[in-house]
Amino acid sequence: MNLVESLRIALRALGANKVRSALTMLGVIIGVAAVILLVAIGTGVQDEITGSIEGLGSNLVFVFAGNFEEGGGGGPGGGGLSTRQFSVDDADLLQRRLGPEHIVVPVVQGPVTLRVGNRTLRSVTAAANENAGEVFSAEYLGGRGYRRSEVAAAARVVAIGATVRDRLFPNQDPVGQTISINGQRFTVIGHVAAQGGSLTGDQDNQVYMPVTVAQRLLGTTDIGLIAIKASSADEVDAVQRQVRQLLRPRFGEEFSVFTQEQTLGIFQQILGTLTFMLAGIAGISLLVGGIGIMNIMLVSVSERTREIGIRKAVGARTYDIMSQFVIEAVLLSVLGGMVGIALGSAGAAVLQQWVPTQVTLWAVMLAFGFSAAVGIFFGVYPAYKASRLDPIEALRYE
Amino acid sequence: MTAPAHEDLSAGRVVLETLGVTKCYHLGEVEVHALRGVDLSIRDGEMLAIMGPSGSGKSTLMHIVGLLDRPSTGTVMVEGEEVSDMAANELAAVRNRRIGFVFQSFNLLARTSALANVELPLVYAGISGAERSRRARAALERVGLGDRLGHLPNQLSGGQQQRVAIARALVTEPSIVLADEPTGNLDSVSGVEVMTILQELNAHGITVVLVTHDDTVSRHATRAVHIRDGRIVRDEPVRDRIMAADRRAAVVAAAQGEDAAE
Repeated sequence: MNLVESLRIALRALGANKVRSALTMLGVIIGVAAVILLVAIGTGVQDEITGSIEGLGSNLVFVFAGNFEEGGGGGPGGGGLSTRQFSVDDADLLQRRLGPEHIVVPVVQGPVTLRVGNRTLRSVTAAANENAGEVFSAEYLGGRGYRRSEVAAAARVVAIGATVRDRLFPNQDPVGQTISINGQRFTVIGHVAAQGGSLTGDQDNQVYMPVTVAQRLLGTTDIGLIAIKASSADEVDAVQRQVRQLLRPRFGEEFSVFTQEQTLGIFQQILGTLTFMLAGIAGISLLVGGIGIMNIMLVSVSERTREIGIRKAVGARTYDIMSQFVIEAVLLSVLGGMVGIALGSAGAAVLQQWVPTQVTLWAVMLAFGFSAAVGIFFGVYPAYKASRLDPIEALRYE
Repeated sequence: MTAPAHEDLSAGRVVLETLGVTKCYHLGEVEVHALRGVDLSIRDGEMLAIMGPSGSGKSTLMHIVGLLDRPSTGTVMVEGEEVSDMAANELAAVRNRRIGFVFQSFNLLARTSALANVELPLVYAGISGAERSRRARAALERVGLGDRLGHLPNQLSGGQQQRVAIARALVTEPSIVLADEPTGNLDSVSGVEVMTILQELNAHGITVVLVTHDDTVSRHATRAVHIRDGRIVRDEPVRDRIMAADRRAAVVAAAQGEDAAE
């Protein structure tokens, strides 16, 4: 008996119990759809974060207070609160010693409350010096960024992100308007193009001001991060080495220097692990679906004992019966898998509104392959049981 | 139709033969000797009835003759080929080619058309497509069901279902058609029809083995073998053979009379 014949018999058997077949498939459908959907979310988020880090600009080196580097120190390094923070002086030192071809930008971040008229918005300030626009590629839709003189004078000027503009200045040009930030009056000097959201928060719900003002506003002299744009890609490693040498006398090992590439690598590693974890969780539901198939196939075999007896009496060999039932199980899981892939992909497309998702070929192949494997694995035992039935016993079965 | 003389049949080629066949079952501690040494030759073209009460070993002998079971000792030869030591899959292949089964309870596949049921043995014989369909159609026409090809078993009467089963038994052109109480589940009119068909097939040279406890059924055969306690106690030609076609009118009339009486 050939494969086409087996397929036809299996299809007819599945068609004879439509509701049962559909319910059995549902287990696999949910499992496969979950795999596709969760992997799509994981991959989508990973891509988005990769994109936003790459989008910061190129040839960047980031310096953080605290020891985050793998295997570093040996002491209680891990980015503790007790770690000494950088100050503007440290950034100045780096700028002086690295030379003008590399651009050093101290960055302060903190929560702020914005108010225009009776509208308020909780937001985040990202404050730096006049070179910020050059280091973090920002595109001004109107107005301008703050200038060196404004940084030096701690002028209350601010550039705003797209979300802030839309919420506080709907349908008007914000440039030249007044905005209250943590109760202090600022003048809006520019607004920036939308950059899209990410897991780290809405990048467009930010206000950009001189670091000197931000420190006063937030009541701190600390700098959370120093960003350095190297003059070229070849210089990135040299800058990283130099920064280490320059900061060691002041901070010992309690600081971390990452290139953009390393930062990317860390995020990708974390998110990759997360994606696999999600896929694993979804895989468990696929496994449960497989057990459902086995259950139904066992019921089906005992229900069809007489049919098996008839088939054997007219000349079906062990192999014929075995393949008939295995194919039936595989058909259940593969059809379920295909519906699951379609549903998962559709779900990913719908979720796109809230979470970045991306359906990848490997996730589809994985889900499909896994569902077929589930069908074979959980179909073999019932099929083996069927194929071993004694024809005389099977014919006598009521 | 006249009964062929049994002398001619005894000269026929042996298509199936059992030599010293025994069968012993173990039911827990108890040993049950279902067959205690059976020598039986089935000749080409004969219509043989295997007779016996329940518990006689008749069913066991049928299973062994039908290659559904293997003897404990002794040999079974089909067309001169020893089959008693064959593996299950080889037996399935010989069964497929050489034996056609007709069961008391029809044993058709449910939710499967008459045509597809008759095609079933050909599926396992590896015959596909047009050839399979053509042969199944011919077999159904032969039992008078050429107009019921697409009917499902539950749309057919008992007699029609049994005729589908006969067509299925015929379709591979087997050496033997083995019918186990073929009229056991049928009313008298359908029973006569089925016996008529079996006798017609036999008249056209097909070897038929009837397994029955019913003396009337066995008298449709040309030869009757009586089994008791696992042994053949009598093996003789049927003297006053019943021709089902001749009885048909009387049976139909009797059935109508009963209906009228009710």
